[in-house]
Amino acid sequence: METILTINQLTKRYGSLTAVNNLSFTIKKGNVYGILGPNGSGKSTTLGMVLNVVNKTSGDFHWFDGSDSTHEALKKVGAIIEHPNFYPYMTASQNLALVCKIKGVPKNKIDEKLEIVGLLDRKDSKFKTFSLGMKQRLAIASALLNDPEILILDEPTNGLDPQGIHQIREIIRKIASMGTTILLASHLLDEVEKVCTHVVIIRKGIKLYSGRVDEMNASNGFFELKSNDLVKLQQILEEHPSIGKITVNEDLLTAILEEPMGADDLNSYLYQKGMILSYLVKRKESLEEQFLQLTNETAK
Amino acid sequence: MLRLLNIELHKLRYNRSAKILISTYFILITFIALIASIEFDLGPIHFRLADQGIFNFPFIWHFNSYIAAILKLFLAIVIVSMMSNEYSHRTLKQNLIDGLSKKEFVLSKFITVLLFAVISTFFLLVVSLILGYSFSDFTELSIVFSDMEYIMGYFIKLLGFFTFCMFIGILIKRSAFALGFLFIWWIFENILYGVLNFRFFRDSDIPEQIMQFFPLTAMSNIVVEPFSRLNFIKTAATQIGEELDKDYGVHWYQLLIVIIWTVIFVYLSLALLKKRDL
Repeated sequence: METILTINQLTKRYGSLTAVNNLSFTIKKGNVYGILGPNGSGKSTTLGMVLNVVNKTSGDFHWFDGSDSTHEALKKVGAIIEHPNFYPYMTASQNLALVCKIKGVPKNKIDEKLEIVGLLDRKDSKFKTFSLGMKQRLAIASALLNDPEILILDEPTNGLDPQGIHQIREIIRKIASMGTTILLASHLLDEVEKVCTHVVIIRKGIKLYSGRVDEMNASNGFFELKSNDLVKLQQILEEHPSIGKITVNEDLLTAILEEPMGADDLNSYLYQKGMILSYLVKRKESLEEQFLQLTNETAK
Repeated sequence: MLRLLNIELHKLRYNRSAKILISTYFILITFIALIASIEFDLGPIHFRLADQGIFNFPFIWHFNSYIAAILKLFLAIVIVSMMSNEYSHRTLKQNLIDGLSKKEFVLSKFITVLLFAVISTFFLLVVSLILGYSFSDFTELSIVFSDMEYIMGYFIKLLGFFTFCMFIGILIKRSAFALGFLFIWWIFENILYGVLNFRFFRDSDIPEQIMQFFPLTAMSNIVVEPFSRLNFIKTAATQIGEELDKDYGVHWYQLLIVIIWTVIFVYLSLALLKKRDL
């Protein structure tokens, strides 16, 4: 599969603060990628570096096969970073015409792209009269002007109302279905879960997970147990080969499975050992819990 | 090159305040002609400025290039804001993301500034020719096209000043503060001259020797004031026993200093842009 972006040991320091720490991953053509991380985890800094607006401290990256300079390569990329930035005194189509000139593409696509984001009827309105949702949609239209190989979106739904969020997600899904590679940075889990096929999770600039979204969710689950003798219960469980980490929180014991096991098997095992349970639930982690777990591990 | 100019002109074309300032500037240059209509009527003394030889070739080249250069402040506002607005609208970031390199960005601004200087010079040339042919006592070709170094000086002076504005716009990032900085820098050079002159080097030309290397002083040195060359001023000066012998010429080393500053400002703009994270 064709590689679009390769990042290798990329690092960015602001004084003593390390915003991005030895980050490496690759983006392949045709997938929808998510960069997931809490606020301030280095998502935007990473995108800023590959988009030529933030200077890297060390490491390297290259677009496509690495034969073009970054700014030449960016003409084949469509990107929006955080806030939509346009000239407030120009109309929508004048702003897009300027982008065409910078990217060196003909102007005949302006109307077509405005149609995709539903702004065709406002093409002659000045940018400063637009609402945030419209500005964000215009930014997407602008990023699409060159029919990019990859579309990069940084927090595209930030600050929008539910209707605006829905519109943007519909547009992203429409673009993804046309076969465009997408890289979506977000701190919103369900956004990534709904839209992306692959995910890179970062926290404090360090990569925690990188792979398919569905594989990330494929854990063996965990048990939540209660009993009047939690200490003894913990001892017995620690002897069982299928059980990994055990945590006790007040009167609730959580045992994470390292290999598949049914609730009935566990129950009979504990009964044989003379343990009576007052509470037994087997649960699968949601993506959200996994995300929190992943991002918390390094916090401790 | 043309692509970069085209990009920058696109940004200016739809900016109403920039358009108003630019047209005011060029209209005012043509209005130098109005000086011709200034008349003094002080009882027994009665004269028309145009009759005092200010529009005589080749003096007109000196006079007009000095007067027209005052108007450069209008374009200074346009240039400073066309740089700093890219920061305040955050469009610089978007331009770079869209595939403009930092070098191309600075180049597109510099080419525009160069265009401003070229058009201004051309305007001045045409206006002076028209005025000269209407009022000058001498219209022989050899006289008309002598002392043309003032036009050259005007061009270099303008280009240097505009590049200075461009650099300040990038450095300060806010147009109002950048214009303030320009003013403060001007005061700074004047105070420095005053301090050097009255504190350290009394009665010598060392202050001038030092100050000629500062950007604004270097620019104003290229075309010095033309008024004391006028006949009636000279007469008045001789009457009160003052001898005016001033060097009015345009000198190559003065041009060179400003050209070097121009190169430094373009280079610093690029270096600053490359160093900054947006």
